[in-house]
Amino acid sequence: MPAVQETVDRVRQIDVDQYRYGFETVIESEKAPKGLSEDIVRFISAKKNEPEWMLEWRLEAYRRWLTMEEPTWARVDYPKIDYQDLYYYSAPKKKELASLDEVDPEILKTYEKLGIPLREQEMLAGVVRRDADGNVMPERRVAVDAVFDSVSVATTFQAELKAAGVIFMPISDAIREHPDLVKKYLGTVVPTSDNYFATLNSAVFSDGSFVYVPPGVKCPMELSTYFRINERNTGQFERTLIIADKGAYVSYLEGCTAPQRDENQLHAAVVELVTHDDAEIKYSTVQNWYPGNSEGKGGIYNFVTKRGDCRGKNSKISWTQVETGSAITWKYPSCILRGDNSRGEFYSIAISNGYQQVDSGTKMIHLGKNTTSRIISKGIAAGVSQNTYRGLVTAHKKATNARNFTACDSLLIGDKCGAHTVPYIEAKNSSTLFEHEATTSKISEDMLFYCVQRGLSQEEAVALVVNGFVKDVLQQLPMEFAVEAQKLISISLEGSVG
Amino acid sequence: MTALLEVKGLKVQVEDNEILHGLDLTVNQGEVHAIMGPNGSGKSTLSHVIAGKPGYDVTAGEILFKGEDLLEMAPDERAAKGVFLAFQYPVEIPGVTTMNFLRTALNAQRKARGESEFLVPDFLKKVREVAGSLNIPMDMLKRGVNVGFSGGEKKRNEVLQMALFQPSLCILDEMDSGLDIDALRVAADGVNALRSKERAMVVITHYQRLLNYIVPDFVHVMSKGRVVKSGGKELALELEKSGYAQFEDKAA
Repeated sequence: MPAVQETVDRVRQIDVDQYRYGFETVIESEKAPKGLSEDIVRFISAKKNEPEWMLEWRLEAYRRWLTMEEPTWARVDYPKIDYQDLYYYSAPKKKELASLDEVDPEILKTYEKLGIPLREQEMLAGVVRRDADGNVMPERRVAVDAVFDSVSVATTFQAELKAAGVIFMPISDAIREHPDLVKKYLGTVVPTSDNYFATLNSAVFSDGSFVYVPPGVKCPMELSTYFRINERNTGQFERTLIIADKGAYVSYLEGCTAPQRDENQLHAAVVELVTHDDAEIKYSTVQNWYPGNSEGKGGIYNFVTKRGDCRGKNSKISWTQVETGSAITWKYPSCILRGDNSRGEFYSIAISNGYQQVDSGTKMIHLGKNTTSRIISKGIAAGVSQNTYRGLVTAHKKATNARNFTACDSLLIGDKCGAHTVPYIEAKNSSTLFEHEATTSKISEDMLFYCVQRGLSQEEAVALVVNGFVKDVLQQLPMEFAVEAQKLISISLEGSVG
Repeated sequence: MTALLEVKGLKVQVEDNEILHGLDLTVNQGEVHAIMGPNGSGKSTLSHVIAGKPGYDVTAGEILFKGEDLLEMAPDERAAKGVFLAFQYPVEIPGVTTMNFLRTALNAQRKARGESEFLVPDFLKKVREVAGSLNIPMDMLKRGVNVGFSGGEKKRNEVLQMALFQPSLCILDEMDSGLDIDALRVAADGVNALRSKERAMVVITHYQRLLNYIVPDFVHVMSKGRVVKSGGKELALELEKSGYAQFEDKAA
């Protein structure tokens, strides 16, 4: 079949590194000297004009980090990271901006290229958008905090949020402006001693978002942070802290990209969520860090600790993630279900192509009575990638009537990739009910042929089948975000058939 | 006049095993051809090769569609040019609503032909119209493609696609398999409604039964990878009486 062979060849030529966000912004930046020491920690703290207590907190973390070992239990393989060969702080020169007009135009252009609206009026343009089934999607406004390397360059809609009582600002500002809130919550979900990467983050974290939603307030718009690593050899250590006080609600979105570079870049973030009684936080991520090229060169090492604490009764935390980027992903957004009747959810799509390695999953720690959790994980492996789901569901002795439902589905594209499922389940009382389902499937030739016979190209066919596979999770994303995620999934899998 | 489909001296192998040994078939616009034959005679292989399914090696011969070399085209190009294969076993695609699938496929074909894509309201109107004529409830179109469909629903879904895409050549592969008589009638009515002067059909079937509902202009009997006899619709009735055994010997 010459025609088919030709198609296959054409598809093969398209390699995985069709990364669309790989451009670099040429801009003057201010960096800390290379390497890590107490002086660097002091340097970062001083750059941020931090109070003494914050510096002490960082130094304590740093000293602890020196005594720790990098973990090796994940199913990922990478050369040893030289932590002294990295920059721990990089900021675009020019600071103290009074308005968006003062942001370096190169940075504004960067966000424009990435499709991130930083000008509030631009977000109001009334374009009718539709989802895959043709339904009209509602117009949506999103407040954005844009983090460029180590600093936040712009945060939109601050005035309107302030009127509602919502605090949404770079965490470095919050440390100065709301020290009591930060002191009260920082490190209470992910302690400085938690794990190697979280401890490192605690010592050198540079920026990230801080959100506080006061009692009874439903945040009037979605909040979003957009992370961009631009500078070479620079680690990004973001720190995000979100608190929903009693009866509050907030939906938060996070997006990430990085330029295409030959060397690996390190990203070690910590995200802490706290919900009090009857509060809810919905946290969505579309992670599209540079995954490396078709030979496995370059890409982001993504070592992230994300954890939510359902501290109050009847509270809820929901994680939704679409992971398409990074050379290495090491990430387990988790929920501590402390309050009675609290609920944790984890919806995940993790795609690996080329030489990507993903080790991701969640932990649901049931401590309170009648706590429920739900895990829906969809892993898709293509190329020569390895994709692991690692999860822990545990019920404490006092967590009577704890319920969990877990479904882990893996989809393999081609025969050189691997999908692995490593679930740990622990129930310490007899009233718990934990259910676990797992499937592994392959996209069949028959399925693809059916689609191409109806006029879809090979790639459109793969994208369609995959989007069907991940539908349960996509439905959890805010609608507009879901459309973006759908496009991203197609792009990530380009060239994976043949 | 150029024939719509011309298969000349077609030899096809699957993993060094020759399935078709030099097959000829000419189908003109407006004609309905039935291809009959016992299991393993190569009927389905022929339909797959015309549609471009991977896994078959064409070692000799050619297939012309509207005078163009079909074997040089990718399967999706063939679809856009008007080749439609109604599957014997339509596949299930979980999580993809039938509606989304229909729209994606139709627009992909239109795009390939340089036509404008259908806008959603126009598309919905068209689907509603066609689905109504096939007794397909709109609810069914909100379900995943063929997921949980009965045999009859699956085949009606194939006919629905045929009606939407308006192909110039429809190949129906064992359309009667898995259908009871009522379901068969509904599907066959749908197919008959699509018969026209511009469109040709190739109906592949093991049993004569289907041809009571879709009455062919020509009948070809295949055995061991060749057409061994061609005739009018009466040939099918003759086969019903005497069976395929006579041709088995002849082909050998």
